[in-house]
Amino acid sequence: MTTIDTTDTNDLPPQDPNAVSITINGRTVAARKGDLIIAAADSVDEYIPRFCYHPRMSSVGMCRQCMVEVEGPRGPMMVVSCMTPVADGQIVRTDTPQVKRAQEGMIELLLANHPLDCPVCDKGGECPLQDQAFSHGAGESRFVEEKRHYEKPIAISELVFLDRERCILCDRCTRFADEVAGDPLISFTQRGNNTQVMTFPDEPFASYFSGNTVQICPVGALTASPYRFKARPWDLEQRESTCTTCSVGCRTVVQSSRDELLRYQGVDSDPVNWGWLCDKGRFNFQSINSDDRLSTPQIKSGDTYAAASWSDALESVARVIRHSREGSVAILGGARGTNEDAFMWGALADAVGVTMRDAQLDDGLPESVFSYAQATIDSACAGGTVILLAPDLKEELPVLYLRLRDAVQKKKIRLIEISSHETGLTKYAWKSIRAESGTAAGVIPMLLAQADVSAQLSSGPVVIVAGRPNLAESASHTMDALSAVLAVAPSASVLPVLRRGNVRGALSLGLAPRNGNDAAAILEASAKGNVDCLILLGADPLSDVADIDLARRGIAGAKFVVAIDTFLTASASHADVVLPAAAYGEKDGTTMNLEGRVTSVVQKITPHGTSRADWMIAVELLTLLGHESNFTTLSDIQDAMSAAVPGFGTTTTAVAIKRDGVVVSVAPPSSAPAATSVAGPRNSYEFRLDLSRKLFDRAIGTITSPSLANLATEANVFIHPLDLDRVGAAEGTNVRVTNSHSSIVLPVRASSSVPRGTAWVPFNQIGADVRELIRRNESIIDVRIESM
Amino acid sequence: MARLTEENVRLAREIIGRYPKARSATIPLLHLAQEQDGYVTNEAMSHIGELVGASSAEVFGTASFYEMFKFEPVGKYLINICGTMSCALMGAEELMHHAEERLGIKMGSTTADGKFTLERAECQAACTEAPCLQVNYRYRYRVTPDQLDTLIDDLSAGTLSSEIPAHGVVASVRQHIPADRGVGAVAPETVTENPVWLDGKAAL
Ligand code: SF4
Ligand code: SF4
Ligand code: FES
Ligand code: FES
Repeated sequence: MTTIDTTDTNDLPPQDPNAVSITINGRTVAARKGDLIIAAADSVDEYIPRFCYHPRMSSVGMCRQCMVEVEGPRGPMMVVSCMTPVADGQIVRTDTPQVKRAQEGMIELLLANHPLDCPVCDKGGECPLQDQAFSHGAGESRFVEEKRHYEKPIAISELVFLDRERCILCDRCTRFADEVAGDPLISFTQRGNNTQVMTFPDEPFASYFSGNTVQICPVGALTASPYRFKARPWDLEQRESTCTTCSVGCRTVVQSSRDELLRYQGVDSDPVNWGWLCDKGRFNFQSINSDDRLSTPQIKSGDTYAAASWSDALESVARVIRHSREGSVAILGGARGTNEDAFMWGALADAVGVTMRDAQLDDGLPESVFSYAQATIDSACAGGTVILLAPDLKEELPVLYLRLRDAVQKKKIRLIEISSHETGLTKYAWKSIRAESGTAAGVIPMLLAQADVSAQLSSGPVVIVAGRPNLAESASHTMDALSAVLAVAPSASVLPVLRRGNVRGALSLGLAPRNGNDAAAILEASAKGNVDCLILLGADPLSDVADIDLARRGIAGAKFVVAIDTFLTASASHADVVLPAAAYGEKDGTTMNLEGRVTSVVQKITPHGTSRADWMIAVELLTLLGHESNFTTLSDIQDAMSAAVPGFGTTTTAVAIKRDGVVVSVAPPSSAPAATSVAGPRNSYEFRLDLSRKLFDRAIGTITSPSLANLATEANVFIHPLDLDRVGAAEGTNVRVTNSHSSIVLPVRASSSVPRGTAWVPFNQIGADVRELIRRNESIIDVRIESM
Repeated sequence: MARLTEENVRLAREIIGRYPKARSATIPLLHLAQEQDGYVTNEAMSHIGELVGASSAEVFGTASFYEMFKFEPVGKYLINICGTMSCALMGAEELMHHAEERLGIKMGSTTADGKFTLERAECQAACTEAPCLQVNYRYRYRVTPDQLDTLIDDLSAGTLSSEIPAHGVVASVRQHIPADRGVGAVAPETVTENPVWLDGKAAL
């Protein structure tokens, strides 16, 4: 069934006890108790100049640019409008000579210390200081003395440069780092005229959110290496879109110049990202401009590829599909595309009788996670208790981490975390317990039965954030843990945190497994020679499937492999036909985030080479395979989608989707409940393997973005300091990690974030591949670690 | 040099216990670090951050606000000669030249043996006793070049060590406050993030 969450309701309660009425420049303005004057003024488009005020951060009154006059008992007085709340009957003026004098004075003082190197400054043209010096400044400066000088930009991280001469000390970047990101790695240092934003010596501003400071800096003091000196703002064209790097679905604007993507900026979507982006989502536009992109279809002959025309390549694919045995065509992937892509591929799969399809790569959770009552980001953050049965959200779904952290900091929610090692949210958790992989379901009843925990659970709504924390642990353990929580809190709702950008859309719109034939089953079938045609729709099993042995056997066993991708990935290089796919920013459509929120993604540049959107490829194949198809445009597909998937209704038509999108609930075909697994006790000489993702790894979109490529770290195995003693290895030396399947060598590190008996290895970093040790038919993986 | 010693960590915890919020102890702990090493080392700042729950950058931000915290080694004796108006009129320049010649270093630097650092200071609020100077913030009034020589001799010979301890030592007597009398006994949840006067109000 289908529900559409409409947030627009017109029936406000008749008497709002918090309603306040004030007058701004003679206009009556309705506000609410606690609102700041500057926010009330913004709500009626009375612009008050400002530098330090930011609606998503606390007010600090640093810049004094926002002074206004408020009628007081002894006549008008000047107040800082970003620090002064409204009061009933307040009379505010923003346009008196007094106010003007104050504003001009502040601008003059700011400019006295400002280099005015606008012609060579990245911010010029979109600079609040420049703009407000024109709109609210005197136009002349009396300052004739020598300005202060600092070394021109210094790198404060791999991504961000600081030009201290330009800084106006508004405290936005430092406040963001502390208040919003929780990474207070930059701070004001020194004093008076020498005050400057600075990191600790030799400790760079290595925050996953550093790009936001560049966006909110009201001058050109902070610049980001991927955009420095690339364009002037007036040369940029932009369209509003949604980031699909992960499934948070942050709202962005995509900016380009001369048909090249140059920058993404965060857009404030109230239910989702509040204007913030993570650095991966912000800077991976570089990969779309990469020269390594696939640009023409290629057909393998012998060991090499030969460029082919689209019609030849598609015809060869169609031929293979036509001649495949019944039920021997498989489709893996689709979570990187749009809803329309997924819908068309689902339609193609239905038309040719494809029973093997999966948008996940055995690294998520079964779709049954969508069949519970669903939560949204807002509902999780609104109040009550949030229970985390999830991977490290700071690493995998960064902006969701920001939202949950914010809710904790504002004392709206309490977090209960059950995880196999400490995560970015551990220090914000009310309770955080370490449960060895495979054991969470067993400890949950005891944990939730504790008196204080059960009092907390019954004090308000409960949201369970459920995702796949450990790729070396079967998904069934997470599903069991989820059931264990639901047994105690049956009215809890679930926020599924599957990670790939549009995984929820793809699963909901036709690419969910049928009859339990999920990615693992498909690869297994393929390994047995039962797949005549394996279509990789932006999927790279050799890089992503945890059981690499299964992936290898699956790819090798397929009679014919078609890869539809933007790059020649590890798996694509085994394909018989490679079709270049249009990337993000090169096609229009819609996407669905982890909540089921449908928003638009847009085309900003021409697709690279001859690459095409996935849906176009599906339409072509459909026709070649002799099926009638009346799809020529995206809106044909959207119409068909609305008709076929009642949950969508009219939401997909471009006009209907506003900035915040619409939450739809479309249940994917129900899958057989995953068999529960029981993890045997760990031999005390062994370690339980914990394989989880970091934000920056060797993912194709990251390594093909030059500014992010260096941020992946060396592969290491992390164990508890006491375990390090036990193993008898020195920090940083190589150890042998072994089980019955294989043996690999990795440097070992001590970390107190990891409990005793657990060996944590970040996924897909530079070095030996720990996946050699993983076999998916074992629900947990134990290893031995020996010093060498 | 180094993080805080074990003994100083014990002291640090006692000091932290005096405040309702650990962070409030940042400055006393910086003094402790400066006492330990003669200046505030990066390692000590990181260590203080760990102790009070702040990042190293925040500790550095706070520390660098204050002139009296040094981030590079200074001599055992830091001689601050006042160069502001009253002292300047009463011969501060001459005193500085003399000091430079006597020690063979320029103002702002340290002798090779690590004994003395010379600094020019702003008014030390002893204008009636100009020209004045401080050794490790202990005053000497109406100083003549000859007296400066004697002072340096005495410092070198160690005859003043009871009166003027090495740079970084704030006081020769350390106060101990029993734990039960520390403000730290306040329940942490009753402490608000903002100053009380700011809670829910505006700073006009
Ligand atoms: S660098 Fe920019 S954001 Fe940071 S304080 Fe300076 S002007 Fe403000
Ligand atoms: S959190 Fe996810 S959706 Fe948001 S910017 Fe980062 S990668 Fe993109
Ligand atoms: S905007 Fe109000 S003081 Fe800066
Ligand atoms: S001028 Fe030297 S103490 Fe005041």
